Amino acid sequence: MSAISASAYLQAYLAGFGEFEKLAAGRDLPWLHALRGDGFARFCEAGFPTTREEDWRFTSVAAIAQGSFPLARPGAMPSPSQLEGWRMKDAACELVFVGGRFAPALSRMPELPAGVQAGSLAAQIAENPASLEPFLGRYLDFRRDAFCALNTAFLEDGAYVRIGRGAVLERPVHLLFVSLAGAEPQMSNPRNLVVAEENSQAAIVEDYVSLGPSADFCNTATELVAGDNAVVSHYLLEREDTQAFNFSTLRIEQGRDSSVASHSLLLGGAIVRNNVHAVLAGQGGECLINGLFAGYGRQHLDNYMRVEHARPHCSSRQFYNGILGDHARGVFHGRIIVHPDAQKTDAKQTNRNLLLSDDAQIDTKPQLEIYADDVKCTHGATIGQIEPDALFYLRSRGLDEQAARRMLLLAFASECLDRMREESVRGHVDAMIRQGLFAPGGATKELL
Amino acid sequence: MSLLEIRNLHAEVDGHPILQGIDLTIEAGQVHSIMGPNGSGKSTLAQVLARHETYAVTGGQILFNGKDLLAMKPEEAAGEGIFLAFQYPVEIPGITNAYFLRSALNAVRRCRQLDEIDAMDFLPLFREKLKQLEMDEKLLNRSLNEGFSGGEKKRNEILQMSMLEPKLAILDETDSGLDIDALRIVAGGVNAMRDPGRAFIVVTHYQRLLNYIVPDFVHVLVNGRIVRSGGPELALELEETGYAMAGAGSESGERA
Repeated sequence: MSAISASAYLQAYLAGFGEFEKLAAGRDLPWLHALRGDGFARFCEAGFPTTREEDWRFTSVAAIAQGSFPLARPGAMPSPSQLEGWRMKDAACELVFVGGRFAPALSRMPELPAGVQAGSLAAQIAENPASLEPFLGRYLDFRRDAFCALNTAFLEDGAYVRIGRGAVLERPVHLLFVSLAGAEPQMSNPRNLVVAEENSQAAIVEDYVSLGPSADFCNTATELVAGDNAVVSHYLLEREDTQAFNFSTLRIEQGRDSSVASHSLLLGGAIVRNNVHAVLAGQGGECLINGLFAGYGRQHLDNYMRVEHARPHCSSRQFYNGILGDHARGVFHGRIIVHPDAQKTDAKQTNRNLLLSDDAQIDTKPQLEIYADDVKCTHGATIGQIEPDALFYLRSRGLDEQAARRMLLLAFASECLDRMREESVRGHVDAMIRQGLFAPGGATKELL
Repeated sequence: MSLLEIRNLHAEVDGHPILQGIDLTIEAGQVHSIMGPNGSGKSTLAQVLARHETYAVTGGQILFNGKDLLAMKPEEAAGEGIFLAFQYPVEIPGITNAYFLRSALNAVRRCRQLDEIDAMDFLPLFREKLKQLEMDEKLLNRSLNEGFSGGEKKRNEILQMSMLEPKLAILDETDSGLDIDALRIVAGGVNAMRDPGRAFIVVTHYQRLLNYIVPDFVHVLVNGRIVRSGGPELALELEETGYAMAGAGSESGERA
């Protein structure tokens, strides 16, 4: 990117930041003020990445850098009936965010079990900022990533979830991030903090949707801190309009013997980048990163995984399946880093891809960096079409070719479901996959 | 009209001729065994009958129930009543046995102008077959063949066969790799299906299976041709003398 265009967008963001800072929740808190300032300074220094940077080689963000995305302002609200199709059954509570801001009137907030808190981050900043200070911005690597820096600069609202020591939340927390149809694209920077204390258990579902044609830029970041022996599942569901931009980072910090699963489902969006960065910081931790991405048209879906083994006896698993039709492009960039102290690490990474058209493309880049000597690490990636042997097997049992192809595709897409612990979320995701894959004009229209 | 008539069938794979003039006629109610050394074309014949597109038929004709089998797609052949028990059943993660089999059953039922079967009626039937083949009920909701042992996979093929009720079932080396208990169970499943309206082609490398599924005819396939045909005693003779002897005696072959 040239210096001229870089400074052009920085001017716009600078003006936006100045205005934001004057009114932002917690603007009088020195630590928060400093954090936002750090974020913005880092964003200005780095600028949006270019494809010359190794971590962004396969994904151009020129459309964001060159576009105009003023900060979403509080304003129009969807009607409750507009949200009906997007809600989740069986959620413990459902927090709705519009343009990145908590919308209490649209949310469902029944009483939660003792020790469990779920609400707006902005409200928590206002009411009890001391509870946030030890966590917020402590884990997210905003010095390395310009999008995280930008999110940190504009950090204000999102979800704050705390699962107290020993508390078990049986049903999932649904966070629904809604983007309204609008003529002018807007930017939102939802920031979520999930703190699962020692021996606690919970599932968090982040769900991004558009209520109509939308070219909004959603730049979201979540810090998830799992205490010793905590069990946490996190879901990211991206099903926005195919004109929308969604950049997300999930930063997971795991304590001793904790078990965290990150599941992601990318079906929507024009350019989507999903970063998952897990650090196994305590002995005996277990981390599962599981995902499906399915794109068609000109969608670009980028999955960037970074798992750091910092302590001994931890295991991590990455499973990603991709399905790409039309001119869609997918990226799987998975990195496993085993630090010198992390003996007895057991890490595995698998990426499998199905290409349904000659013009679809996948770039897959599994990477291992190992600095310890007693470890077990494997990685692998495959790219293929639907298996002719499997197709023949199904057809020989009477299924016609189209039905057989659909069945195989659905099976491939559904592999991620088996790894999801929460039954209610699994059902929700299953329906979403079927709808996403077989919608008219969807990824698999070649087959229909 | 015979159930199956194969006339002077020639087929090749990647330009290599495999079947070089097969003639075989099978009547409903009969069990034919096809034996032969590795590479003689046994599996190719089975795959051609199931209409695998990898095998190019370069000559000859196959009539199934009087219809041109070579004009059919695999799913059409299945609907007409052909079933192939695969030598190497394919593992398909993500599709449960129950879902797959109900879809297949309804596909062939539609083809045979029968009403579809709903889950309520399907499950008891499926459970009964599982029990008959001494298979674990957990297999219902497990992915198709995934992680199955060799014996479980072969039993699953027989289970599918008994659900889909073909007119002609082709067992392609279903006995390979089975221990004696599994072999008895598989043979029991096949024998339970023997019926005056149904025929079987049992492709095998070993005579052992034929102690349990006693054929009406045995054919020896060598280099893509049937070089000898006879009754069940031929299998025993082959066990003694080997295929070389069987092939040496007769080049032209006999018809069943």
